[in-house]
Amino acid sequence: MVRSDQTPSRGAAEVDRRGFLKLTAGAGTASLVAACGWDGGDLVRPRLLSISRFNDWIGEKVLYSPTRLAPTYDPSERSRSLPSYFISRDMPTLRDPSAWRLSVDGLVERPLSLSLDDLRRLPSTSYTVKHHCVEGWSAIASWAGVPVSAIVERCEPRATARYIMFRSFDSDYSNGWDMASAMHPQTILAHTMNDQPLGPDHGAPLRLYSPTKLGYKLTKYLVSMTFMDTRPGGYWEDQGYPWFGGV
Amino acid sequence: MHPPGIPLSSFRRSNTLTIVTDPTPSADPPAPAAPAAPAAPPAASEAPAAPARPLVRRHHWIVRLTHWATAVVLAGMITSGLQIYEAYSRFGNRGAPAFPNAFEGSRFPATVRLGGWLAGALNWHFALMWPLITFGLLYATYLVASGEWRSLLFRPSDVPGAIDMAKYYLRLRKEHPVQGKHNPLQKLAYTTVIVLGGLAVLTGLAIYKPLQFSWLTAAFGGFQAARYWHFWIVWIFVGFSIVHVLLVFVVDPASLRAMITGWYRGRFPSHG
Repeated sequence: MVRSDQTPSRGAAEVDRRGFLKLTAGAGTASLVAACGWDGGDLVRPRLLSISRFNDWIGEKVLYSPTRLAPTYDPSERSRSLPSYFISRDMPTLRDPSAWRLSVDGLVERPLSLSLDDLRRLPSTSYTVKHHCVEGWSAIASWAGVPVSAIVERCEPRATARYIMFRSFDSDYSNGWDMASAMHPQTILAHTMNDQPLGPDHGAPLRLYSPTKLGYKLTKYLVSMTFMDTRPGGYWEDQGYPWFGGV
Repeated sequence: MHPPGIPLSSFRRSNTLTIVTDPTPSADPPAPAAPAAPAAPPAASEAPAAPARPLVRRHHWIVRLTHWATAVVLAGMITSGLQIYEAYSRFGNRGAPAFPNAFEGSRFPATVRLGGWLAGALNWHFALMWPLITFGLLYATYLVASGEWRSLLFRPSDVPGAIDMAKYYLRLRKEHPVQGKHNPLQKLAYTTVIVLGGLAVLTGLAIYKPLQFSWLTAAFGGFQAARYWHFWIVWIFVGFSIVHVLLVFVVDPASLRAMITGWYRGRFPSHG
């Protein structure tokens, strides 16, 4: 469900993505057309998805630069609020936070199991950047955490590893990433937001963050990152949102 | 994008059956008593001095193709855009004051939304951007290569003529000013809408990839400002289209045929 924690007055106006999804998925094409406009039908929709994949490919192979950094802001420019999104009915929280570990597995020479303290001892990157949501909103916040490249250095992925699947404990929410995006210097596993430990409303204890991607690519409530040779899907990506999702 | 934009007042004048003596066809041809059927010559009984209107070739096939294709694509762009807008129907960063916006929090009827939900609408929008850009570039290339831009581009030298046209519309001037293919106010309207078309694409790219095109996003005042202009350009397009279609039917219905077949037999046959 969607909750806009620091802006309760706007909460009702937010798109309830999960509810909306259930509605559209269950309603079938006919009532979909009647209820919320035409989605293209069985004939057009697959073609739209093909073009979307082509556009996404342009975004990844032509527009994306592994070295271009997102503009940074002064912490005084932080937005007063940043909405909280999760797909579970209730806010995902850990019963025993001390037992939490990040599993780094898949096609790696050295699988890792990292506690939050382990992660805090690793190199850290921090920045204040603008967050872009696919819905059209944006917000500025500060983040700090371990660059994914530092994890990659330690787990030693095999040559065949081309993708990483980030999994969460927010129901079955997950995201697949290409290695070039994961290795971007601003792609981090964030444990700190606006100078405070990451809260449960924003993915505690650890979330993926990068100003180079749309918000839905930034997996919260992380439990594992799995190196793969085939392209992993993702929660929204499998439902028609762009897989690469670069901004 | 073409013809109309002519004197509503001259049509009204013709309805009052004022005897028109000016014989210059391109300036102010004697108008028939009703919105003329394009092919029919002026009724001799009512306007005996009217010369037969020449059938002229007015629009190249590239102009006609890109005109109608853009109309269809733009309809898809606007309707999918309204669906996208509903996902976050305000402008301004989270927690920051919103930009002035009469449509803040608006929901639009399902009949003017395309895509079903946000992902569907985005996929429509970003699929249609290709034909929009393609037809736009094709049209612009034709304008430049053919020299047609000379009859369309509003330039500083058109200002006096535009003032004369405005005077004519406001009935401060009796005679319809002599014009080329388009009168100066038409030139102003078409030039504006072509520039807006370019801005629609550029603001769209600024929102689409605000990091990869960060220079463009910054040029429009940032991500939310670019969204804002992108959205408002739509309403200018909608306003233009309404007036455009209205003027075609009220002032110069023959121009509709010209935009379909390329051939024109109407009130303003002159070519500049």
